[in-house]
Amino acid sequence: MTRHSGPPGQPDQPQPGERDAWLSVSARKNRRRRVVLADPRGRGRVLRTIIELEEQTSVGEKLIRDLIRQQLRTGLLLGGGTLLFLASMPVAFYLLPGLSDVQLVGVRLPWLLLGLLPFPLCYGVGYVYRGMAERHEQDFVNSVDR
Amino acid sequence: MAVLTFLLGYVGSRRANTTPDFLVARRAVPATRNAAAISGEYLSAASFLGVAGLVLKDGIDALWYPIGFTAGYLAMMLFVAAPLRRSGAYTLPDFAEARLGSTRLRKFCTFFVICIGVLYLVPQLQSAGLTLNTITGLPAWLGVVVVIAIVVVNVLGGGMRAITLVQAFQYWGKLFAIAAPTFVLFVLFLGGPGNGAQPVDSSGVLRFPENAKVTTVDDVRVRVEVAMELSATGMLNGSYTDGPVYWTPGLYEVGEQTELRFTEGSPVPVVEGSPTSNHDWLRPQTEGLSGLFETYSLIFATFLGTMGLPHILVRFYTNPDGRAARRTALHVLYLLGLFYLFPTVLGVISRQYLPQLLVTGKTDAAVLLLPSTMQPNLLGQVLGAIVAAGAFAAFLSTSSGLVVSVAGVVSTDILPGKVRDFRWATVVTGVVGVLLALVLPGADASLTVAMSFALAASTFCPLLLLGIWWRGLTWVGAMSGLVVGGGLVIGSQVVTVASSYTGHWASPVFSQPALVTVPVAFLTMIMISKLTARRRPEDVSRILLRLHAPDPLGFMRDRDVQRFDTEDEKSRQEDGVRRDDSPSPPLH
Repeated sequence: MTRHSGPPGQPDQPQPGERDAWLSVSARKNRRRRVVLADPRGRGRVLRTIIELEEQTSVGEKLIRDLIRQQLRTGLLLGGGTLLFLASMPVAFYLLPGLSDVQLVGVRLPWLLLGLLPFPLCYGVGYVYRGMAERHEQDFVNSVDR
Repeated sequence: MAVLTFLLGYVGSRRANTTPDFLVARRAVPATRNAAAISGEYLSAASFLGVAGLVLKDGIDALWYPIGFTAGYLAMMLFVAAPLRRSGAYTLPDFAEARLGSTRLRKFCTFFVICIGVLYLVPQLQSAGLTLNTITGLPAWLGVVVVIAIVVVNVLGGGMRAITLVQAFQYWGKLFAIAAPTFVLFVLFLGGPGNGAQPVDSSGVLRFPENAKVTTVDDVRVRVEVAMELSATGMLNGSYTDGPVYWTPGLYEVGEQTELRFTEGSPVPVVEGSPTSNHDWLRPQTEGLSGLFETYSLIFATFLGTMGLPHILVRFYTNPDGRAARRTALHVLYLLGLFYLFPTVLGVISRQYLPQLLVTGKTDAAVLLLPSTMQPNLLGQVLGAIVAAGAFAAFLSTSSGLVVSVAGVVSTDILPGKVRDFRWATVVTGVVGVLLALVLPGADASLTVAMSFALAASTFCPLLLLGIWWRGLTWVGAMSGLVVGGGLVIGSQVVTVASSYTGHWASPVFSQPALVTVPVAFLTMIMISKLTARRRPEDVSRILLRLHAPDPLGFMRDRDVQRFDTEDEKSRQEDGVRRDDSPSPPLH
């Protein structure tokens, strides 16, 4: 239990150093990088805000509620948009059978739309989402850091 | 053929042997490699063989399978990946208990994890049997046993840690195994003068290019569009026939092991339910409203089902933190997108060269047979060997992941959870898988897999989504949602099987139920949770904080610390690494 030993009496009140002890070596490595990047000036205050978050004071709860809502909205917007686009295709093909006879560079349009397009589309949406989600999280960390 | 068999055995055993090498060679799993491992595990027989087979049989509508399989990851990334990793849970039941604090709910989740795992494992094994049978003519049960033996030995010896790295390697193996033959065959297809391509008459009915002899494997029902003559030996419409037959347009039942001999230029009968003419095959949504319903149901099942697949979710814990989990999912998106281009092309080409598969319905074999059919020479044999090796990689990696995740859940939640229990659970899972694979009727791998997607989408998807994003979920609500959603899917499957034995009366609603069952499951969960609002966990805010707070703040806490903290449970921690693919470095 040496590697994982957290403070047994107070598992929910992590100290900066001990918090890392919960994690695996790889995670610790990653995190250390981030902590170093963070502004050391605000450390004491960050800790206080973290405790505030953990204890769910009204400020802390408001902060995390907003973050959750923001992330969910982003997810629903991007995911819903993609789903709507893809899901509109069967109806379009059903209502407009003429679409099936359109040819593009020798291949019928539906085969291009269904066989090729969705994959770069999914990747693109995922890429955008990663950027947005990480920006939200960074904003959150910054707001805690103030 | 002997060479091929040897090659397959070599590939299989080489993988098994390299496992321990990988085990000690690596410690952490970076996002790119983890993504390759996830893709390697995810691209099962259903993807490697099934997609091309379905394209051959059903045409463009089958493309929704690869689209859904890929977009499912997008949904996973948007809603589940990062919070789930931060939950620090180790299995799905573990997450449920962490979020809602109920051991009864945990037991229920265990049951469904096992259901989904076994439902997914069976088609893998059946396809393995089919592959061995197609290539070497050896009996199908041998393939089932060989694959499960390799997997079980692998898991017993190396555990999950080893499998992660083998699977990462197998993704690239599979990509090569499908990309190389596709390129070669596609060039041959475009360049060859005629190249044995099927003549299609003016009404778009496929015709045999030469005299063909087709032997069925199972009972099939075929539809005939144009009156034709053939000769047959075996059971036709329930009576024994030996000699010439005249078929008018209609439905015919052909018994198993029946030999049908077609003459050159006669039309190709097609298994029931598939488009009979090229015209319908080329166009999307030609089956009217019920076809539309099936397509949407499939989209629902695959989009939402991916996030409920236990063996995929388990993989996300190999990431160091939530951010890395999100990046992993993004990598998976392009790895999958890259892969799925190839089976589609192979399916389209095989329509021209393998009409006999449409008669037997065993279209999963298309990818395997195509190289040697197009090129009956050394090149074809080499390509065939590559494809077969890739197919075996698919069975091995997916089956390993499934066996590990099911055995992990069985050993922790049903047995005491020591190393020995995990090993027993592995063996038991393997034996049960083999028995079911031999007993249950073989369907298209993709269809059975779609079934387990529907089950996952109707049970764990609402549990995860509501658990992660909604404060109001209670364990009573979650449990009733699981029961209702899961019960409906299992019930509809029972109805489908019953109807397939008694005259095919069930509507497609029963074979593709996700469009109905998923919203019902969601509604049940929300309604019952509202009714039992006072049972909300008291620390719900703290749990949600842990799930969503950015990683640098350090709220993430792995559950093994809590679970294995007490003195007498220390021994369990040792096999915790094996069992659950712990993100921590190997303790041994």
